[in-house]
Amino acid sequence: MTKLIKYLKPFTALVSGVLVLLLIQTLADLYLPTLMSDIIDTGVVKGDTAYIWRVGGRMLMVAGGSAVASIIAAYLSARIGAGFGRNLRSLVFTRVESYSLHEFDKIGTATLITRTTNDITQVQMVLIMILRMMISAPIMAVGSLFMAISKDAGLSVIFLIVLPILGALIAFVATKGVPLFKVLQVKLDNLNRVLRENLTGIRVIRAFDRIDYETHRFREANEDLTETAIKVNKIMAVMMPAMMLIMNFTSIAIVWFGGLRIDTGHMEVGDMIAFIQYAMQIMFSFVMVSMMFVMIPRAEASAVRINEVLETVAEINDPAQPAAVTSQRGYVEFQDVTFSYPGAEEPAIQHVSFSAKPGQVTAIIGGTGSGKSTLISLIPRFYDVDSGRILVDGVDVREMTQSDLRAKIGFVPQKAVLFTGTIADNIRYGKESATAEEVGHAAEVAQAMEFIAGMKQGFESEVAQGGTNVSGGQKQRLSIARALVRRPEIYVFDDSFSALDFKTDARLRAALRKETAESTVLIVAQRVATVMDADQIIVLDEGQVTGIGTHMELMQRCDVYREIVSSQLSEEELA
Amino acid sequence: MSDERGAHRPGVGAGPGGGPGRGPMGGGHMMGMPIQKAKDFKGTLRRLVVYLKPRRFHLIAIFSLAILSTIFSIFSPKILGKATTKLFEGIMAKYMGLPGAQVDWEYIGRIVLLLIGLYLISAMFSYLQQYIMAGVAQRTVFDLRAEVKAKLHRLPLKYFDSRTHGEILSRVTNDIDTISTTLQQSITQLITSVVTIIGVIIMMLTISPALTGITILTLPLSIIVTVSVAKRSQKEFKAQQKELGQLNGHVEEMYTGHKAVKAFGHEAKSIAEFNEINDRLYEAGWKAQFFSGLIMPLMMFVGNLGYVLVSVMGGIYVTKRLIEIGDIQAFIQYARQFTMPITQTANIANIIQSTVAAAERVFEVLDEEEQIPEVNDPVKVTDPQGGVRFEQVEFRYREDTPLIEDMTIEAKPGQTVAIVGPTGAGKTTLVNLLMRFYELNDGQITVDGTDIRNFRRGDLHRMFGMVLQDTWLFNGTIRANIAYGHDGATEEQIVQAARMAHADHFIRTLPEGYDTVLNEEASNISQGQKQLLTIARAFLADPAILILDEATSSVDTRTELQIQRAMAELMKGRTSFVIAHRLSTIREADLILVMNNGAVIEQGTHRELLERGGFYADLYNSQFSGAPLDPAV
Repeated sequence: MTKLIKYLKPFTALVSGVLVLLLIQTLADLYLPTLMSDIIDTGVVKGDTAYIWRVGGRMLMVAGGSAVASIIAAYLSARIGAGFGRNLRSLVFTRVESYSLHEFDKIGTATLITRTTNDITQVQMVLIMILRMMISAPIMAVGSLFMAISKDAGLSVIFLIVLPILGALIAFVATKGVPLFKVLQVKLDNLNRVLRENLTGIRVIRAFDRIDYETHRFREANEDLTETAIKVNKIMAVMMPAMMLIMNFTSIAIVWFGGLRIDTGHMEVGDMIAFIQYAMQIMFSFVMVSMMFVMIPRAEASAVRINEVLETVAEINDPAQPAAVTSQRGYVEFQDVTFSYPGAEEPAIQHVSFSAKPGQVTAIIGGTGSGKSTLISLIPRFYDVDSGRILVDGVDVREMTQSDLRAKIGFVPQKAVLFTGTIADNIRYGKESATAEEVGHAAEVAQAMEFIAGMKQGFESEVAQGGTNVSGGQKQRLSIARALVRRPEIYVFDDSFSALDFKTDARLRAALRKETAESTVLIVAQRVATVMDADQIIVLDEGQVTGIGTHMELMQRCDVYREIVSSQLSEEELA
Repeated sequence: MSDERGAHRPGVGAGPGGGPGRGPMGGGHMMGMPIQKAKDFKGTLRRLVVYLKPRRFHLIAIFSLAILSTIFSIFSPKILGKATTKLFEGIMAKYMGLPGAQVDWEYIGRIVLLLIGLYLISAMFSYLQQYIMAGVAQRTVFDLRAEVKAKLHRLPLKYFDSRTHGEILSRVTNDIDTISTTLQQSITQLITSVVTIIGVIIMMLTISPALTGITILTLPLSIIVTVSVAKRSQKEFKAQQKELGQLNGHVEEMYTGHKAVKAFGHEAKSIAEFNEINDRLYEAGWKAQFFSGLIMPLMMFVGNLGYVLVSVMGGIYVTKRLIEIGDIQAFIQYARQFTMPITQTANIANIIQSTVAAAERVFEVLDEEEQIPEVNDPVKVTDPQGGVRFEQVEFRYREDTPLIEDMTIEAKPGQTVAIVGPTGAGKTTLVNLLMRFYELNDGQITVDGTDIRNFRRGDLHRMFGMVLQDTWLFNGTIRANIAYGHDGATEEQIVQAARMAHADHFIRTLPEGYDTVLNEEASNISQGQKQLLTIARAFLADPAILILDEATSSVDTRTELQIQRAMAELMKGRTSFVIAHRLSTIREADLILVMNNGAVIEQGTHRELLERGGFYADLYNSQFSGAPLDPAV
């Protein structure tokens, strides 16, 4: 939490404003009992009605002033809180957008979403609470104490006894209760986990006839949670009555000892009544401050998560002086490239060298986990290599700006992702300035025309969030169209035809061939049939290249390739 | 099937601020936030009350204690005021120099003792009431949770398939939590507040009807303030919620599509769009915060107004000898106690509304139509052979779209049925029908000659073993996960099953071996290893019939080979329905079912189907041979 305080800097003036206003409000609230005691000690004792009215008028003004101050303070706090949240959100989002896939993998998409949304909202809420209530509590406590002492220093000795007791009570609840709250949260999470498992595994549970077992498991978690919840609530049950008791005993003590002092002429009755009110305010402030113990740990966890995002810096950055653009178009070369995912024992790909030229189709084949997708995601510099280098158009990818590099590439990921917007918007994602013809052409080549035409609003049909209203195959075709509309130098297809039925697949590949005649094409594939007629096939096995060549060449000299082929093709076709 | 997003949806799971631990002040629900309304408030409330009925004696005790405790605490200021009055009288007498004037300390002493007693009793009662309530509230919620859970097991699969997990989870966790907190805190608070308001008014009346009148004058003011500000603030909160939803949507979309954003260099555009929504959120956000933050100062002001009036009018009345000086002191305390419960009552009214709405959602689950009950005298399963027949089966998920019509197939014990077809062809449907997860519209499915509806579901399921691509493992040890299909399996049996599934080796390389606890996403072992574990589980369960998915995703070649071998081993001597991906499996299958768009469109052996030259022949040629597909290419 403290680390986030620096982001309050732009609001220094507003925060000081809130502080001043709260001070005014507190002083005004403290002044009221003094005025009231004047009414009693001067007005009532002397029977001076006019004086009472006068003081009453002043009280009204003071109360009004306090209200105005606190309303303005509320306004400023709202602005500060919302502004702080906005700035922090923007910082976090901008930072996350700068991340390479590496940081994304490290932290995790789901938690990044939570950090940018819920966590910041949580911190923002607590900040507003602090501004609204917590700040005024200490001011109120100190002010009240000061006023009480000024009314009667002798009677203030009572606080020396009461406040430690109150403090001890709060400490007791904090030390006993707060850890239990944490335990409670853990047990609640536990119960939720069992439940979630029951939902995701419902078919298996029923298939294995384990309903009784699961019911038992849930019951245990439920019992466990309930036990803790009862315990927590029983401890918390002490809190309010004890607090009230201390407050009430304090006022009795004030009346008794105050009375004695009045009797000996050390103070006046009105002062005593005011004193009681100050005492109440002091203790109420203590209760408010104790709330901070509950509020702040809650936001603390969020703050830690946000900080982690802000402290993680993207490892991939643009060079200070990007290399000059060469006249080459579409050359990709791997020179002894080794790359491992962070924390992995084995490199994902090792000593890979090959080159691809315009007009050529390079296919990459290998078992799952052999490093195919990893290999091609190095081309747009989603990750940086451990050793060796990757040249695009003769320049090391690390010496270009990321935007220059990626502008050359039309990337079709394995998992097609669409964005909210129309079909046309989604295709234009590849090239914002694309004309309607270009969009139409891309859709045509990607074999998406048919289903787009079938939609009620054609290219203007809306795609729902996450693309839930289009099928997997349609998504893939749109994602291909998106890459096509760019007319890039280099096409990268990461197993992008898997959700297509075979006829569409064939038509698409035929259309693509014409479209990409001038470009460099890299295709990752699982099926031999897809790669057989490529200009060169790279065979990967456990991250290493075990063969490069045409289908025929590889059939002769690459065992791994032959193995893959024989598992997929029937004997007759091998001949 | 799994709904990742649901689990991370804001608000799902134990959110901070939820749960019984909402803090001593119960400040979870902020004044002026939008309220969810129940469709049938009265009916749901009545039904909720039924859950409290078994604990009615506890509740009566709680309510009595709450009322008594409040009454005692209400009496106290007036009594304390009497002490002050006595003090003042004594001092005044001295001041005026009356003979023998002195403070009546004995009287004051008695009052102090009486007060100490009253406060002690009040605190005691208040503590007891909350203490008992803790048990009542938590036990009630415990029962409700257990009931919902039990209900979930009786619901047909259809229910789960048509909803996101997040939605169901939220009903069992968040909604029940809301009920729990309300029971724990708000109900007694409501009682205390109402008793306080009434009691305070009565007490004030006994002191001075005129001053009471003045204080009550502020009442309409506080109601107007509360209502109008709350209305405005709810509007702003709604606006904020809308922007927040858009922002969350954008963040989710951009983060999940991070690769695409990067690949196409759209970071700047995405940030610009984010900032635009963020600015709108800021505008809506500060307004919502401001208006909800207004209630406190305004109510304070109204309270102060009453305070000033009481001070002034009280002062004048004392000079006119209409009331005593201690009465002012008491009155000030009462007036202060007066405004708080009013705000609180308004607040609790909102909380109760959203609680009833939550209860309604829970009851909706409880009211869902259950799966068809088991037959009265189920057929006992002894030594199942595994012969499966579909007889003129007709099935559809939606009434208006026929899916499977007049399907008749037969798999003799030990035979292999291969199911082929493009992705999403509806292979799950077959599993759904075999396992009786869904009911047929017509025809029947028999196992060893008995209609599956005549078995107890559990017995039917025990005859089947499933090894699907969607490997479901739970958070527990590897041993427990393998033993899932077999109660009381011995260590030997478990290891034996693991060995047959080629899983023993990798399990032993883990630091904790069979005691390795799989974490929630089971991310501490690889996808392939998970599949081996599910195979081991099936070995141990030793079913007569198997449903297998040959697809191996994200598996390295070596593991894939192990999985293939293990599956082949497992299939020996069992009737197998295989969602086939490998040519060898398909060609050797006794029966091939070709599925497309959810329906079985062709069936027969490999040779028969090839000769027919239909869909299967096309599929076979395209997938498993490199022959050119399109003459135009």
